[in-house]
Amino acid sequence: MADTELTGAEIVVRCLQDEGVKHIFGYPGGAVLNIYDEIYKQDAFQHILVRHEQAAVHAADAYARSTGQVGVAIVTSGPGATNAVTGIATAYMDSIPLVVLTGQVPTAAIGLDAFQEVDTVGITRPCVKHNFLVKDVQQLAETIKKAFYIASTGRPGPVVVDIPKDVTQHLCAYHYPRRISLRSYNPTYKGHTGQIRKAVQMLLEAKRPVIYMGGGVILGNASRQLTQLGQTLAYPTASTLMGLGGYPASDPLFLGMLGMHGTYEANMAMQHCDVLLAVGARFDDRVIGNPKHFASEHHRIIHIDVDPSSISKRVKVDVPIVGDVAHVLDEMLKLLAAGKASPDEQALQAWWAQIELWRSQDCLKYEAGDKPIKPQYVVEKLYEVTQGQAFVTADVGQHQMWAAQYYKFDQPRRWINSGGLGTMGFGLPAAMGVQFAHPQAMVVCITGEGSIQMNIQELSTCKEHNLPIKVILLNNGYLGMVRQWQEFFYEERYAESYVGSLPDFVKLTEAYGHVGMLVERTADVEPALRDAFGKYKDRLVFINFLVDPRENVYPMIPAGKGLSEMILV
Amino acid sequence: MRHIISLLMENESGALSRVAGLFSARGYNIESLTVAPTEDPTLSRMTLVTRGSDEVIEQITKQLNKLVDSVKIQDITDGSHIERELMLVKVRAHTNDLREEMMRLGDIFRGRIIDVSDKTYTMELTGTGSKLDAFLEALDAGLILETVRTGACGIGRGERILKV
Ligand SMILES: Cc1ncc(C[n+]2csc(CCOP(=O)(O)OP(=O)(O)O)c2C)c(N)n1
Repeated sequence: MADTELTGAEIVVRCLQDEGVKHIFGYPGGAVLNIYDEIYKQDAFQHILVRHEQAAVHAADAYARSTGQVGVAIVTSGPGATNAVTGIATAYMDSIPLVVLTGQVPTAAIGLDAFQEVDTVGITRPCVKHNFLVKDVQQLAETIKKAFYIASTGRPGPVVVDIPKDVTQHLCAYHYPRRISLRSYNPTYKGHTGQIRKAVQMLLEAKRPVIYMGGGVILGNASRQLTQLGQTLAYPTASTLMGLGGYPASDPLFLGMLGMHGTYEANMAMQHCDVLLAVGARFDDRVIGNPKHFASEHHRIIHIDVDPSSISKRVKVDVPIVGDVAHVLDEMLKLLAAGKASPDEQALQAWWAQIELWRSQDCLKYEAGDKPIKPQYVVEKLYEVTQGQAFVTADVGQHQMWAAQYYKFDQPRRWINSGGLGTMGFGLPAAMGVQFAHPQAMVVCITGEGSIQMNIQELSTCKEHNLPIKVILLNNGYLGMVRQWQEFFYEERYAESYVGSLPDFVKLTEAYGHVGMLVERTADVEPALRDAFGKYKDRLVFINFLVDPRENVYPMIPAGKGLSEMILV
Repeated sequence: MRHIISLLMENESGALSRVAGLFSARGYNIESLTVAPTEDPTLSRMTLVTRGSDEVIEQITKQLNKLVDSVKIQDITDGSHIERELMLVKVRAHTNDLREEMMRLGDIFRGRIIDVSDKTYTMELTGTGSKLDAFLEALDAGLILETVRTGACGIGRGERILKV
């Protein structure tokens, strides 16, 4: 025997090591015990035991979002896998590269309603980029390699590898392929040269240009190129929720966030532009609202995306460019540098004058009294105290929108939130994933009292690993975003949006072994934050800010309306 | 518009459910779907018949292409092509008149009688979907006991070849 044979479980662990994985998040159970036994025997990577499988997947997901590397989670069969599904779907909707290993009942028991059996491949099929059931140990290493390759290339996404327990016992020689190619899967990398040339020409002809960027700029590591393009041309840039940080928010050429809770200037500019350069974005319903309304103004649209199916899906595009966004933008920058043509200065001046007029609406203004605290104020102070340097995760609701509106991200991969699926409960486990990837960084979770209770058990994981996360609870006593819709669209019938009997969050935090604070007055906001990042720098601090229960997120475009049909204050 | 889409997929377990799942998840309409391995046993070939506006068909093609297991795809209705479907029909044939009538109809539609009992005939027909429809319409509905159709499969004419 030339090669020594390894068990399937040993192979799984070796694959992860050879892939360079440093952290995996998981939860054990019968079907994965062999794998856990091998994890126990090694220390090339660290396994982090969470308190619920959903949290394992969110943590791995945020690990990926904040680093660009593939996140890895491992769960057992049956309930382990079903608990992971929300996390997998969250990653899928935001195109996050993830490998999720799920245990499965032994191959001979599959289909017999065995204990803790579910059809994991069937359940996850609609919310993964791809999935595999490995029935033969000979295929295990290659399948794991494929999973990493598929997850991280093209339009990224989660890949599930379902491994029956007997496969983890079977023996075979180990060989981890260094490279892999699949005849059925070849993502386009280079954009079409002719189309790129057309795009540059169209951009230079623009009288009222807008650059519209989405999460694809972050995922494709194209922030540098996009920023350079916007600044070279001095064109306005607006971002989706998922793109924030891809262009520096503190640059005056940046118009802010687009969409349902976007700024007045960003939405008006998008509606009234003549040439739109869409980069790594997908014109979704939360961004352009009603596509008919959007199309009622004439736009010429250039769309760069790595996924051809994102192009011309909701809006007709004039110049489609399929390719890696960083690569395509590089080519555009080269053409711009080499060419003699430059933007129409006069038209651009007039366009900026119009934009400044919209901007002077100051759509994000609010008035802060001493009590109750305005939630926006907390985020603004957080931005100041952290000097804009924190990684910020969010849950889902009003607090998420305020975080996006008032924390100005100048760097990519700092703003971590569930945009596509809108998963409450994402924030705290996500902060854990980020903190493991960046042990020295300031990591903040902005949350609501509804969302935090969906994964609050993770405070225990945070204690086990002494993660110095700062939880900023904007406690308005309501499922605030639901309450806001009920106020606007259901004549203030607040059906089940008031959350009664909230726990004493300070005591609860203390019970988990962390520092808890209660803040009720505006004057105390900044000192509390300074303590959290100063005196308690190395501790997890949970600050319960009692904020105005009636505050709404403005501006707002009601669902199904057009970009210029915003409700201002 | 009716479109016939040919798809070469890795012959992996689950490939069919990925395609079927895609159609139901995205609300695309699916008229028929046939699948079988090709001369290369690592590949299956599917023929999908669907209807939709140009935009919908464009999305269907892109989404099918995006499936990690799909190797090649072609909308064969984009060019000249041949379409065939197989149908088996069991009809009442308990009187001489009926038997003659069935034989005559069978001749007209180039069908073949492939099974006979004292009360029934079973006929085999191939052709385009509309030819098979026409045959069924020509029959008195009360005489039909059972029909089974494969759904269309199709191939491009001449040099139009879908191969890896
Ligand atoms: C898992 C899940 N369930 C339900 C919803 C619907 N939903 C969206 S926002 C929201 C309210 C969130 O309340 P809270 O966390 O207190 O944040 P707030 O809006 O008050 O800031 C709800 C219920 C969701 N997004 N996710």
